[in-house]
Order: sequence, then C-alpha cells, then structure tokens
Amino acid sequence: MSCETLSDKLSGYLDRELDERSAGEVEAHVRQCLTCSARLEGERRLRAAVQANLTPLRAPERLRSNVRAMLRAQVKRSRPRHARLPTWAATAAALLLGVVGGWRLGIWQVSRGEGPDVVAEVVAGHVRSLQGAHLTDIASSEHHTVKPWFAGKLDFSPPVPDFSAEGFPLIGGRLDYVREKQVAALVYGRQQHVINLFVWPSPDANALPAAGSRRGYHVQHGAASGMTYWAISDLNESDLSHFAHLVATDLSGTAVQP
Amino acid sequence: MDPSALARFEETVLPHLDAAYTLARHLLRNEHDAEDVVQDAYLRAFRHFDGYRGGDMRAWLLTIVRRTCYSWIRQHAGDARATEFDETVHGDPRTGNDPEAEMLRGALREALDQAIERLPVEFREVVILRDVQGSSYAEIAEVVGIPVGTVMSRLSRARQRLQRALPVEDYWRS
Repeated sequence: MSCETLSDKLSGYLDRELDERSAGEVEAHVRQCLTCSARLEGERRLRAAVQANLTPLRAPERLRSNVRAMLRAQVKRSRPRHARLPTWAATAAALLLGVVGGWRLGIWQVSRGEGPDVVAEVVAGHVRSLQGAHLTDIASSEHHTVKPWFAGKLDFSPPVPDFSAEGFPLIGGRLDYVREKQVAALVYGRQQHVINLFVWPSPDANALPAAGSRRGYHVQHGAASGMTYWAISDLNESDLSHFAHLVATDLSGTAVQP
Repeated sequence: MDPSALARFEETVLPHLDAAYTLARHLLRNEHDAEDVVQDAYLRAFRHFDGYRGGDMRAWLLTIVRRTCYSWIRQHAGDARATEFDETVHGDPRTGNDPEAEMLRGALREALDQAIERLPVEFREVVILRDVQGSSYAEIAEVVGIPVGTVMSRLSRARQRLQRALPVEDYWRS
C-alpha cells in the first residue's frame, strides 16, 4: 500500500470502518513507515480532541414549539374549509394564538406564501434606509402630520399608530417599494434602534403572526384588517415582538367594517 | 395530510430535531439562520412524509436538512456575514477541578471550533456528521450523496486540514 492510498484510509481505520484485510494492510504499512505512523498518531489525537470537545447542540425550545405549531397549521390547512369565520373572529383567534400560545411561524414559510422572497426585500429596504440619508421622506413624531402626508402618494391610506406612550416614538415615514409596488414605510425608534414598519394592503388579511431573523435583523410579520405589515430592526427580539403585538392590536382595532 | 400522519411524524421525525439543528448550525454558522432553515426543512419533510419508504429516519431527515442548508447558502452567497465566525457555536464546556487543564481545554476548544468553522463546507459536514453526531460512514454517504469510499477520503483530508490549522501540539496532548 502506498503512502497516498494509506492517507485516504486513515479515517476509516480509526473509525473501524475498514474491512479486516484493509485494516491489516494499514497496520502493516504503518509499522514500517515512520511518516505514516506519525500521520496516524496525529489523526488519532485530532479525532479524539474533536469528539471530546464538540458535542451535539440542543435545539432551542422556541424552534421546537415553532416546528410543532407549523405542523399543526399544515394539517389544518389541508382540511376542507367550512364556513368562513367573520374577519374579526379570525383576527382575534390569530392574535390569541400568537400571544397566548406564544408560537409563531417562521418567516421562511410565510415568505413563500407572500411571493418571491419578500423577507429579503423588506430587510434590504431596512438596510437601505439606514445606509444613506434617506431614512424618512417626512420627519415628524406627530402621527397627525405623517398620516396625511401619505394621502395622494399611495393608493391606500396606511395606519400610522402612535406608540410613544409604549416607548416607541414615531420618527417619520417614507415611500418604499416592495415587490414592485409602492408601500408605506413607517419609522419608529426605540432608544438608539430604528424600526422600519412596512405596511401595504393584502388580500390574505389574517395571516398568523410570524417571526424570524435574516442577516442579523429580527423580523416580525402579520396581517389584520386587510393590511399586511413587516417590522424589521436590530432591536432585541422580545422588544420587537412587543412592538409587532402593538401593531397587530392597533390594526385590528381600527378595522373599517365592510 | 391527516392527523394520524401528524402523530406518526411527531413520533418518528421530531426526536431528531437536535441532530437537525446541530447540522444546520454548523453548516450555516449562525443560530438564527439555522432555526429558520431547520423549520423549513421540517416543513419539506412533512410534505414528503407520505413518500418516505422506510430506511434510516435520521439519515432521511438530515438529507433534507442538508439540502435546505445548501440552497440557503446559495441564496445568501453574497452576504458578508456568511464568512464571519460566530463564537456562540460552543457546546457546554465540561467542568473539572484542575484550573490549568481547564484553561488549556478552553483554548483547545476555541481553536478547534474556529478551525472547524473555517473548513470548506464539504469537509465540515463530514466532520460534524461523524465526530459530533456519531453517524456511520453509510449514513454519511446517504446524507451527503457520495460513495462510502469518498466519505472516508474526505474525512481523512478534513482531519488533516484541521491538524494543520492547530499547530500547537501541546494543546491536544491528553
């Protein structure tokens, strides 16, 4: 056996995956070749060090519950639809599930339903807004100033909720593009962090709340009363989740009854 | 999908969540991305569960997790963060009574983690599957989709690369 051939078999020898004949050949070669003998010893130590120092990771509890929730949603979805619930009831159920159950869908899954990678687009929009001098088109902490500014610029009237009492002061608003459509981007602050809240009308008005992260940013998504929203920030997950909850509550509260 | 399929799936596939997460965490080198990808892989697995025809369940699931990781990596090839080293991959440190040995062990662990994170992904995955997950060569061959002989040579080469990345012999004198 040549040294090259042997070098490819060292792992198999150490892991006891070689048949008896090959193992015997490795042993015979190593006995009379110093280089290969040293190589085998080196690999033996390395293998032991890796096995002793790296242990299987434990999946976070959040992932476990997210997977379970997603599976149940799959089963539900594939069942035949009965009479549709009234919008408000579906919204309330969605919020209740999201808040009380504490589970959320992964944004990966949601983004598929929303079309070609909308998550990447809103995250890119968030990053863009922080890079240049174009965080807001209208800078104002007054929602009475920001909301009318959108009139005539969009074919819908976005909600501009006031969360200053909850510690999320409004910074302003701007027009942005998601999936080649104009959407409202509302900018909120939390200490030194910036939150972009993208809002646009969506036919799938009662999506369950979803959360995830992309490129190091946290993302929260949901829909209510005909509007879909995406909140993105480098803010910690629980604060952003609180913010998304405020948004969802506000949206379902301001529902215009058909 | 009927509820009995859900029950079977939860019973047979859900127990491998830690293995799925470990593989994704090491392939993507980021815990949030790993969570997203594992969840997506479970969705795919569930949708194809009807087509599962026996065999090693863990290998079947890990094959899907690996493919999902690879498509994620392709999609995010341009991200700067994809090349960064994330320190939080460390497992639970083992405890002992000798502080000096502990320090050495800590340094070794860190050096090993870094060396593994920096391995090209095709080498990294065989090391993780074999030395962290304890997969057999046959299982690795199935998950990665290569012959057993290639598993062996790739693993040898991966370990040789790791040795070169860890030149301080003292670190791993046991």
